[in-house]
Amino acid sequence: MNAKGFVHKYGNNIDTDVIIPARYLNTQDHKELASHCMEDIDTDFVRKVSDGDIMVGGENFGCGSSREHAPIAIKASGISCVIASTFARIFYRNAINIGLPILECPEASKSIEAGDEVSVDFDSGVITNITKGETYKAQAFPEFIQNIIRSGGLMNSIKEKQNDK
Amino acid sequence: MGMTMTQKILAAHAGLESVSAGQLINARLDMTLANDITGPVSINEFDGAGFDSVFDKSRISLVMDHFTPNKDIKSAEQCKKCRAFAKRFDIDNFYDVGDMGIEHALLPEKGLVAPGDVIIGADSHTCTYGAVGAFSTGVGSTDLAAGMATGQAWFKVPEALKFNLTGSLQEGVSGKDVILRIIGMIGVDGALYRSMEFTGPGVAALSMDDRLCICNMAIEAGGKNGIFPVDEVTEQFIKERTDRDYTAFAADDDAEYAAVYDIDLSSIRPTVSFPHLPENTKTIDEVGDIPIDQVVIGSCTNGRFSDMKAAAEILAGRHISPGVRGIIIPATQKVYKDCIKAGFIDIFIDAGCVVSTPTCGPCLGGHMGILASGERCVATTNRNFVGRMGAVDSEIYLASPQVAAASALAGRIAGPDDFRPERSL
Repeated sequence: MNAKGFVHKYGNNIDTDVIIPARYLNTQDHKELASHCMEDIDTDFVRKVSDGDIMVGGENFGCGSSREHAPIAIKASGISCVIASTFARIFYRNAINIGLPILECPEASKSIEAGDEVSVDFDSGVITNITKGETYKAQAFPEFIQNIIRSGGLMNSIKEKQNDK
Repeated sequence: MGMTMTQKILAAHAGLESVSAGQLINARLDMTLANDITGPVSINEFDGAGFDSVFDKSRISLVMDHFTPNKDIKSAEQCKKCRAFAKRFDIDNFYDVGDMGIEHALLPEKGLVAPGDVIIGADSHTCTYGAVGAFSTGVGSTDLAAGMATGQAWFKVPEALKFNLTGSLQEGVSGKDVILRIIGMIGVDGALYRSMEFTGPGVAALSMDDRLCICNMAIEAGGKNGIFPVDEVTEQFIKERTDRDYTAFAADDDAEYAAVYDIDLSSIRPTVSFPHLPENTKTIDEVGDIPIDQVVIGSCTNGRFSDMKAAAEILAGRHISPGVRGIIIPATQKVYKDCIKAGFIDIFIDAGCVVSTPTCGPCLGGHMGILASGERCVATTNRNFVGRMGAVDSEIYLASPQVAAASALAGRIAGPDDFRPERSL
């Protein structure tokens, strides 16, 4: 599996309140959530984002609330992958559970700039910055988590296990 | 090698002799929790995967607390969805308007969490229940859906930070100041993926409400969970609320910690977190002159009876500053009733404050106290992120009920030393 797109870059401690403000948590509709994604720190994001684009953050990406609406809003906005130095743990789980690809890679987080064209090979964890001609290697997921991703999220993986029994 | 308290609880729930940091395990769940924001997403996942039964209807809690009493039609639809789910599966612990409270104040109050439990909740402040010696952590809606269906969740066994508490808190200083100080010290990702284990001779003098407040904000340091040892304070608290059996776990003497911090409780001053991160802390002596527009006293962090008492003692016989809106939200119906009986509600209203039915409301910018552009609020809540309580350029200063009450009186950020209680309540 691969992703390729242009980068939307943010800083450290991007919290779930700015990813999707709580005033919009009265809906579960993915497209409606996406229409407000990032609006409290980047009012242009929704207008600028194209399908396949990549979001890059710094440390502790997705901190704060456990709202799964945050990775849902990012995924439904068209983002194909989030790269960060580190992720807050609930966001990390949520992204994997709903099938939003994420990669931890401090080097990529540091070097990649807004607007760069980047491609990601999820099998190898290699991130290529096409604009700058650089490559970075993300940490591989433990096999346990790779299985969840391969099944297409947590619920599918549980169903598969139950069917196997 | 020995295990931390958290690791011992996880090992027992995974059916393993021992576990070590980094190990991936499946653990049995004693309680699962969702609210009116995260519940509907969980129910979608649950239904979408085709589950037609829950693992144990007595081990699921659904609390309608965030946008309730419903602030708009969409919020009402979300509660309706949860209500139908609760009815469909005859969920024992469904709390709707009338008997609900803010979830993390309500579950301990109802005796639904006990030492040694493993608890997940689709709310990041689920880490609160570490105060009673449980392993308790926040998850998302899909994890919670899986938990409700199977009674299990996967965890990466965390390593731990140890906070060795000594001494005792000074007058006017509370658990809130302790946790703000710690977050200021280690940062908002200082405990990322890790347990925060509070221990040492200073623990005994901390009330259960202080411990609940401290564990509540473990997530604001990135922590997976916060946890206190089980002692007489815990045993008394649990005994008054439930008669069910529980197991008290304790860390091994040779448990390994990623870091150990020594905290002298007597050295802690009233502490305020400045916008827009909980780690931006200053002591009350360093805050300077910050005029304010609003004060909120409540939330899962500081909406318990002792919080209300601390505010009432400062507000009694006084009136808040003109131009300040004082909003006080007892966290549960029981806390509300106890405040009425104790005469606190009269004190709050006579001081010029409003008192609300339990709700998370303003803490997450839902309703009941939204800030306009450029406005400042001192809040006893847990997050001061950009736009959290309203306009993107509004400001939230996190503090204890004592500081919030004193600030309401002063019209600027002020400490309890400026407004000594005229009498003890």
